[in-house]
Amino acid sequence: MKFPIYLDYSATTRVDPRVAQKMIPFLTEHYGNPASRSHAFGWKTEEAVEEARAHVAALVRCDEKDLVWTSGATESINLALKGAAEFYKTKGKHLVTVKTEHKATLDTMRELERRGFEVTYVEVQPDGLLDLTKLESSLRKDTILVSVMYVNNEIGVIQDIPAIGEMCRKRGILFHVDAAQATGKLDIDLQALKVDLMSLTAHKTYGPKGVGALYVRRKPRVRLEAQMHGGGHERGLRSGTLATHQIAGMGEAFRLAKLEMAAENERVRAMRDKLMAGMKQMEEVFVNGDLARRVPHNLNLSFNFVEGESLIMAVKDIAVSSGSACTSASLEPSYVLRALGRSDELAHSSIRFTLGRFTTQEEVDYTVNHLRTKVEKLRDLSPLWEMHKDGIDLSTVQWAAH
Amino acid sequence: MAYSEKVLDHYENPRNVGSFDKGDDSVGTGMVGAPACGDVMKLQIKVGKDGVIEDARFKTYGCGSAIASSSLVTEWVKGKRLDEAASIKNTQIAAELSLPPVKIHCSILAEDAIKAAVEDYRKKHGKDQTAKEKAA
Repeated sequence: MKFPIYLDYSATTRVDPRVAQKMIPFLTEHYGNPASRSHAFGWKTEEAVEEARAHVAALVRCDEKDLVWTSGATESINLALKGAAEFYKTKGKHLVTVKTEHKATLDTMRELERRGFEVTYVEVQPDGLLDLTKLESSLRKDTILVSVMYVNNEIGVIQDIPAIGEMCRKRGILFHVDAAQATGKLDIDLQALKVDLMSLTAHKTYGPKGVGALYVRRKPRVRLEAQMHGGGHERGLRSGTLATHQIAGMGEAFRLAKLEMAAENERVRAMRDKLMAGMKQMEEVFVNGDLARRVPHNLNLSFNFVEGESLIMAVKDIAVSSGSACTSASLEPSYVLRALGRSDELAHSSIRFTLGRFTTQEEVDYTVNHLRTKVEKLRDLSPLWEMHKDGIDLSTVQWAAH
Repeated sequence: MAYSEKVLDHYENPRNVGSFDKGDDSVGTGMVGAPACGDVMKLQIKVGKDGVIEDARFKTYGCGSAIASSSLVTEWVKGKRLDEAASIKNTQIAAELSLPPVKIHCSILAEDAIKAAVEDYRKKHGKDQTAKEKAA
């Protein structure tokens, strides 16, 4: 076993060696600019770019002409939200999103508020899922766009994108989906979904960092105002010379995802379930977010009465992420877990395990045993655990906040 | 974030973990912090008849720096008179453990925990304790 064990696949994934192999020739051999129409160097890379586009389109079942290359999901989201809001602002000024979205969406929405748009941030239920009647009641006559992530990055829950699509299309409201965490984990069918814009990225699906795509529906047509101006690449929606090697990598990663997704998800799910069963043998361990409507590789747990950062420090052999942002300058617990209504203690005590293609059974077993030893040690150190064991209800204690 | 060697040492091998009987007259208990803020420290001192701290115990819910800060002060207060213990400054703790700026609050909490434990002990013993301390 190699240490540290990587269980942070939702942060990013290793580039699959097959993907890396596919990319290399586009750095040293086929280095032409795909926009060069006058010679073979350009023809070769243009062909590669279009081949990659076809692979990405195949994974999400869309027309390949509907895809625009970007630098990743953050850029795709910025282009979708700002681009649509600016284009359709004479139609209305109201946008709707969800409190548990990724910062790429939330911060872009804040910027749009600064530009004079009004944004509603809909709450989720304690299981992390949207209450669709609540979402529906947030829609107004002047709502121009709704943005919802397919799969939550922290807790892995899957929102009901088909139903939200119907809801929006019926009212003529544009619907953007951040699918950064969904590709390779869920069947995505843009032929069936009433989705107008979808943000994709390569590096969560065993492709390279720095490349992504935005799906922009042409039928019925969605218009965007470009955010990047220049040579008019990508139908004028995103200027800039295409990063051929990155694009080839994303194409190959998505081709492999389509081929291997079904078997891989079952294998990962079995390991995730084993990980959970092992952890649940401890007392006071809670799963954050709905367990059934969740991608198979995610497990987000709160180890009550143990503080997240100290736990991460204890498990330094295992690369995981904490819902507690103590590691940054702020001492705020995860805003996603807070939005689920989790208590401060539980939010501070959470760890996200995300498994993936290269996770082994042996690593999962090691993680279970290691975590159990460390949690026990930290609980022996915890005054909160002691109080709990003495039968004191911590919610009735008057704390001196500092 | 990178931790100093001293923080790692106290975190891996915390000193004086545990609890004394809160009801014991010779014990002073200080509990500071809040779960909402991500750290709670419980520090207990056992004080001899001569007003000198004989022993100390701690339990801490918090990050590695909070655990190290409280572990360190259990070592420091032993053998000190109450007023000496209460005069330990967070800056000394932060310097000893080389805490980065974002972790200074851990040392402040440890200082508060000592003060609270001393206060609790003094409260139990009323005025005669203060008089005894003055005489000593």
